Amino acid sequence: MNKAKYKVTYIEDSGKAHTVEVAEGWSLMEGAVKHLIPGIDADCGGACACATCQVYVAPEWQAKLPPRSDMEETMLDFAPDVRPGSRLSCQLRMSAELDGIVLHLPKSQH
Amino acid sequence: MPETIVIIGAGQAGAQAVQSLRAEGFDGPITMVGDEAYPPYQRPPLSKAYLLGSFERPRLFLKADNYYAETGCELLLNTSARAIHRAERTVELTDGRKLAYDKLLLTTGAQVRKLKCPGADLPGIHYLKTIADVDGLQAVFQAGKRIAIVGGGYIGLEVAAVGAKRGLDVTVFEAMDRLMARAVSPQLSSFYAAEHQKAGVKLKLHTGVQAFEGNGKVERIIAGGQSYDTDIVLVGIGVVPCDELATHAGLASEDGIVVDQNARTGDPHIWAAGDCTRHVGREGHSLRLECVQNAIDQAKHAALAMVGKPKTYSEVPWFWSDQYDLKLQIAGLARPSDTLVLRGDPAARKFAVFHLRDGVVAAVEAVNAAPEYLMGKKWVGEGRKIAPQMLADTSIPMKQMA
Repeated sequence: MNKAKYKVTYIEDSGKAHTVEVAEGWSLMEGAVKHLIPGIDADCGGACACATCQVYVAPEWQAKLPPRSDMEETMLDFAPDVRPGSRLSCQLRMSAELDGIVLHLPKSQH
Repeated sequence: MPETIVIIGAGQAGAQAVQSLRAEGFDGPITMVGDEAYPPYQRPPLSKAYLLGSFERPRLFLKADNYYAETGCELLLNTSARAIHRAERTVELTDGRKLAYDKLLLTTGAQVRKLKCPGADLPGIHYLKTIADVDGLQAVFQAGKRIAIVGGGYIGLEVAAVGAKRGLDVTVFEAMDRLMARAVSPQLSSFYAAEHQKAGVKLKLHTGVQAFEGNGKVERIIAGGQSYDTDIVLVGIGVVPCDELATHAGLASEDGIVVDQNARTGDPHIWAAGDCTRHVGREGHSLRLECVQNAIDQAKHAALAMVGKPKTYSEVPWFWSDQYDLKLQIAGLARPSDTLVLRGDPAARKFAVFHLRDGVVAAVEAVNAAPEYLMGKKWVGEGRKIAPQMLADTSIPMKQMA
């Protein structure tokens, strides 16, 4: 099962950037957690149960993403420091179209 | 010389401890010993998406393959510990090797509780705890097959939901008079019973299992005095903490290795975290928590204490279960004496049950109701009092009650 991998850049609140490869179909949360990017807790492992994997999607990438589901919308309602580009990264799947996507990370997920 | 830390148990708590130790600046050698063939992985998806086949194995692993090597954590897989020699501070492995430690963390987890009735060792009787268990079940988990599930708890019902979805003929046998009796309120039990029946799952409540029969493999389950033909049996009747290593070393265990609020055992060099432990919870009662939340939070607290920055563990426990398209999210620990307030309409498959204790929100059970869960969890943490009539009034948005 050798899946295509695409690049994602995660930028910490401090400005430190991490560019890693994430397999097609995996969530952008998984990409961060497996590469130990600080700033994404994702305590529930991607079940959309904890709202601790919020990211801010850079404006030029926002339109390429599917819209927020009701569940994601309500979870985000209770996340700290939500902005227009806020998404739960567990709900975003890697694809060729997202190759090179840039995600900013919040200061804290709690 | 930097200190050496040994971690016994390569599960969610063990992986969290490695991450937290490094995040807190510990730069000495870490060795993690795990008795399975795999590096630490998520167990929750095993009875859900992984069994369904919609979540492939590599995604289960908590870290990238090269993470442990890169962070300087030696991972000894397929390896078990035989003894802890506290006086000389070594761990003896079953292959005879000895690992010296300055600090030791036990994240040995729990093992499935086994049925001990006649026929319980027949082939075809499955348990579900590990990747290997699910792979074994997966091989026979086919449409048209009859599966008898023993235990109407989280594991049994999640497997029932996946089975119904995959076209198996599912029967759940539960000894208590309601589903998930240990984990949820009677209201939730009734709701979930109806949902499972709607999906075609047969429920046999108040029906204890007496025996299994079969010629070379399980073919019948004897329960409540009746015989039922079956192709597969799955048993999900809870877990018992893996505390033998600790008790043999003279550490206290009372159905769980006893730790304090810094996850420390009675030995100043030994900590324990996750399913294997028993601690005094935030409400002052001794308890054992079997959940991802406790594995993560207690391991974080163990790591903090191990690097000399102890912090009291008092996080609100939370749990979740996915059955069909229903997301159950629970925060806090309910008691039978709590006053229950229903918010929303179960018929709409979107509602929450708040548990009030002296007017204070003590727990919340939410079904497809993330705002109720998230706000409820916050209130439990704060010990907030909320008027029941306000809670029940769905015309007032949760956010407005903040």
